[in-house]
Amino acid sequence: MPDLGKYAFEVLSSYGVTFVMLLLITWISVRRARKVRAALEEVESRKVRNG
Amino acid sequence: MSLWEYANPVKFISTTDKVLPWIWVLAAGCLATGLIWGFFFTPDDFRMGSTVKIIYIHVPSALMAINAWLMMLVASLIWIVRRHHVSALAARAAAPVGAVMTVIALVTGAFWGQPMWGTWWEWDPRLTSFLILFLFYLGYIALWEAIENDDTAADLTSILCLVGSVFAILSRYAVNFWNQGLHQGATFSLDREENISDVFWYPAVISMLGFALLFVALVFLRTQTEIRARRTRALLAREGQA
Amino acid sequence: MRDLMLAFRAGGGFGLGLAFFLIVTVLVPFGVGPQTDLLSRIAPGILWIGALLACLLSLDRILALDWEDGSLDLLATAPLPMESIVTIKALAHWITTGLPLVLAAPVLGVLLNLPGPAYQWVLISLAVGTPALSVIGTFGAALTVGLKRGGLLMSLLVLPLYVPTLIFGAEVARRGADGLSVQTPLMLLAGISFGVIALLPFASAAVLKINLR
Repeated sequence: MPDLGKYAFEVLSSYGVTFVMLLLITWISVRRARKVRAALEEVESRKVRNG
Repeated sequence: MSLWEYANPVKFISTTDKVLPWIWVLAAGCLATGLIWGFFFTPDDFRMGSTVKIIYIHVPSALMAINAWLMMLVASLIWIVRRHHVSALAARAAAPVGAVMTVIALVTGAFWGQPMWGTWWEWDPRLTSFLILFLFYLGYIALWEAIENDDTAADLTSILCLVGSVFAILSRYAVNFWNQGLHQGATFSLDREENISDVFWYPAVISMLGFALLFVALVFLRTQTEIRARRTRALLAREGQA
Repeated sequence: MRDLMLAFRAGGGFGLGLAFFLIVTVLVPFGVGPQTDLLSRIAPGILWIGALLACLLSLDRILALDWEDGSLDLLATAPLPMESIVTIKALAHWITTGLPLVLAAPVLGVLLNLPGPAYQWVLISLAVGTPALSVIGTFGAALTVGLKRGGLLMSLLVLPLYVPTLIFGAEVARRGADGLSVQTPLMLLAGISFGVIALLPFASAAVLKINLR
């Protein structure tokens, strides 16, 4: 851990906020991707079954 | 073989499916390298102390905030001219990512400004322009969400993107005129004179690359999602008719 | 022409915009306190913000009524090109809302203790700037015309577009109040107004055509 001196709070919170935001947008994107993919597969399999 | 091949949604999905894992790995690798290098292994700036470490996230996110809008502008133009659905959906997919980048740039800027300028927020031209850019992102996203018909939404948002771009540039000049700033000039330029030394430069460039790759990965993934969501809706609608 | 007649006959738009402008100006001293020196410093900006908000408030009336009763579809099939229709709409909005606001501004300036030399510049800057507000607003109204709950969305879309006009307009008024040269911001404000009037109707017309599809 490097010595951040008196600016430790600013530097650490900047990094913290960035990680939280990036993880959040990634997580939301991935979750919605899974959900939509599952929904599409469900609908497509139904179509195949019904002819 | 031409670029337009990827305008075919099936082709787009199969290709991006193949490259996406690589982009994710590269993005994560670049981000980890750039940020760990920057955070742990760079010296403090003699003037700014350890706050200089914020540069490894502040500059890349600010860069991507603008590039995301440019990408949306190009995608909107392609939609207007060539009517490729993937293009319109890619613009839609990019907007929230760009908005997040804008927020990161603003927040890290505030954390940086606090010790350096003694204030969290200053009505400085650059800061103000970014805030306005954020408002444009919000309006663009809200318009996409509000309109039910997909093609209408794509048409309207792409025109909004064009008009918005013109007004964003106007605002930039207006804001410059309105207040001279505290913000330092561009730290990074391609010819890179003496304003930044190598120790800061390399980790920052790797971090920029990481942000850019992460953006590409997210846009690919979200565009795939939009394509699938639209196909699902179409299939459901057909079922409903039958 | 028909729009003008209708707007005058209906009358409502007029009065409401003006009353809103009045209320905003009256509320400001309650918010910031009654010190006259402070009020006179912020008066030009307040008048600009008030006019802008009053303008925004009446935007959805530009197209919504015609959309509801179907006359917009009729206008679309009329021999008149869509570009001139939206220009006329914007003009009608300016005459019924913008112009009264411009004329009311000096009167409301008295309430805010507006400094003497600022009166003419507030008047001039609003006169030059409000047409741009109307035209930009017409674009926003065209974007959101078919939507339920369009009003709030329209504000979100239109307000960022108002930024340059507001900055230059308020700058003219402020410099005028301080007795500085107003030439540059006034030229830029006029430039924005002319540019917007010349170009934006094309975008508004395109948008309206898409919405009428």
